[in-house]
Amino acid sequence: MQRVKPLDHLVLILGALFMGLPVIVALMSSTHSAVEIHSNGLYLTPGGDGGQTYEKVLTARGGFTGDVTGLLMLGNSLIMGLGFAVGKIVLSMTAAYALVYFRFRFATILFWAIFTTLLLPLEVRIMPSYQVMATLGLLNSYTGLIVPLLASATGTFFFRQFFKSVPDELLEAARIDGAGPWKFFIDVLVPLSKTMMAAIFIIMFIYGWNQYLWPLIMTTDESFYTLMRGIKSILQVWVGSQIPDYNEAFALAVLAMIPPVIVVVVFQRMFIKGLTESDK
Amino acid sequence: MRGLVKAGAATPQKRVQFDRPLTPWLFLAPQLAVVVIFFYWPSVQAVVSSFYIEDPFGFGSTFVGMENYTNALTDTRYQATAAFTAFFCVVVTALSLGIGLLLAVKADKVIRGAGPYKTVLISVYAIAPPVAGLIGMMIFDQHIGPMTALFGFFGRDLQVGVNYWDTTIAVTTISVWKQIPYNFIFFLSGLQTVPVSVREAALIDARSGWRRFRDIVLPLLAPTAFFLLIINITYAMFDTFAIFDVVVKDKPANNPMTLVYKVYLDGFKGNDIGGSSAQSVILMLVVAALTVVQFRFLERRVHYG
Repeated sequence: MQRVKPLDHLVLILGALFMGLPVIVALMSSTHSAVEIHSNGLYLTPGGDGGQTYEKVLTARGGFTGDVTGLLMLGNSLIMGLGFAVGKIVLSMTAAYALVYFRFRFATILFWAIFTTLLLPLEVRIMPSYQVMATLGLLNSYTGLIVPLLASATGTFFFRQFFKSVPDELLEAARIDGAGPWKFFIDVLVPLSKTMMAAIFIIMFIYGWNQYLWPLIMTTDESFYTLMRGIKSILQVWVGSQIPDYNEAFALAVLAMIPPVIVVVVFQRMFIKGLTESDK
Repeated sequence: MRGLVKAGAATPQKRVQFDRPLTPWLFLAPQLAVVVIFFYWPSVQAVVSSFYIEDPFGFGSTFVGMENYTNALTDTRYQATAAFTAFFCVVVTALSLGIGLLLAVKADKVIRGAGPYKTVLISVYAIAPPVAGLIGMMIFDQHIGPMTALFGFFGRDLQVGVNYWDTTIAVTTISVWKQIPYNFIFFLSGLQTVPVSVREAALIDARSGWRRFRDIVLPLLAPTAFFLLIINITYAMFDTFAIFDVVVKDKPANNPMTLVYKVYLDGFKGNDIGGSSAQSVILMLVVAALTVVQFRFLERRVHYG
């Protein structure tokens, strides 16, 4: 095979530094006090104030109402990530099942009706989406935070592709055994899709956890704030302060990035498979 | 996220299917309900409001035909924003594709010990754009930012948030940083599907590494690259919203912004619902065109796939 030159490693090391250093800087600086950061700049080594800062960020009550804590936002982000991932899997598996395994009228029209959602991201219809949510009384609710994001049919198409690759013989065998559509779905397809479900779950969890614009406009009640929304708030407080709370902002950033990063690193193989295999 | 889905219509239907009139509707109902309520309703609403001017005090609205569109398209600020968005898309796409490809080629070559590099490069995928924006903002901070110090060393006084081009530099760097992992993952998995026999043949035929790359690897990666091209353009147009919001912080003053950020500012901060809707519809057309190009291409791709 090809010879590996030192230059190849050099490029990779530089790339890894470029990608990794900002994360290290955030992590390390979050363990120093705001005054230290203010006078010495950002840090690449750990400091002694981490415990205090994180305790404050997680438990101190802040915001306008004085009710919102980091822990609460962490919980909301978790609800957002898990709710979105579970919702996405349930909705897209059932819809894909109907589209692949049934012969019925309007199937093609419905296919295109769902397919069209892939054309337009939420960002371009953000204003009317907000108005619809207001009309439905869903502002400041978990339903309002999660369900509208499920409207894009990415997962449905993913499962549709997967179901199509499932051998026809399975259905034939199941029908000979007298299994109906429900039984076939629960007893055959769901167990068969386990790996795919896990891969999609990881991707969707990260997607839900990382949502920014939608929670930003959907939640005015601070008890529904997610960590991403918290980042916006902490920056708004900065304007006009003598020494900004650099350390707390970094701590919040670390809290917001650690869970999804851990998920990606731990389930790396499955995550990459989910991301790239779906294009086959 | 749109990256998840690629061509599909080409695969044949199932030979056997259930033949029940009602059951499929039950399975489809949740997805359909969500799509109708949260996709079609607001989309139609956007088109409708784009033809009206809303009274700022909430007392009804007036039908104005295409006025919102002509206003937007002839507004010099809109044109400047559109030009910036195009420029930003080109730069972010070129840089993040280029760096992603370079790193993927190197990681593919270094078989032993590539694990740690891969982990570092991939993990940034999980970091949300606003978090990337926050960290980037600190790194470009006028007081404590190492980047500001670096630029200062070369004689440039970086003023992110104040100077138009300095903000552009910061926002572009952060956006590229955030997108590299995605491109890296796809390029690497594309490279790893190149069969060993092809690689060995290439090794015999072309002695120079650059020629091997240009004549053999690059054409094989072309479908992946094209797919990523569209994904990166849509990323630069939409997913960078949070990065702009964190760095620019609602203060457009003298800062660059993308079209989608302008839709948000005009709609939510400026209360110009009609104008914002017209801008939304224009953006919808742009994205729809991009997606159609993507799907057309991918259908062709099936033939040599």
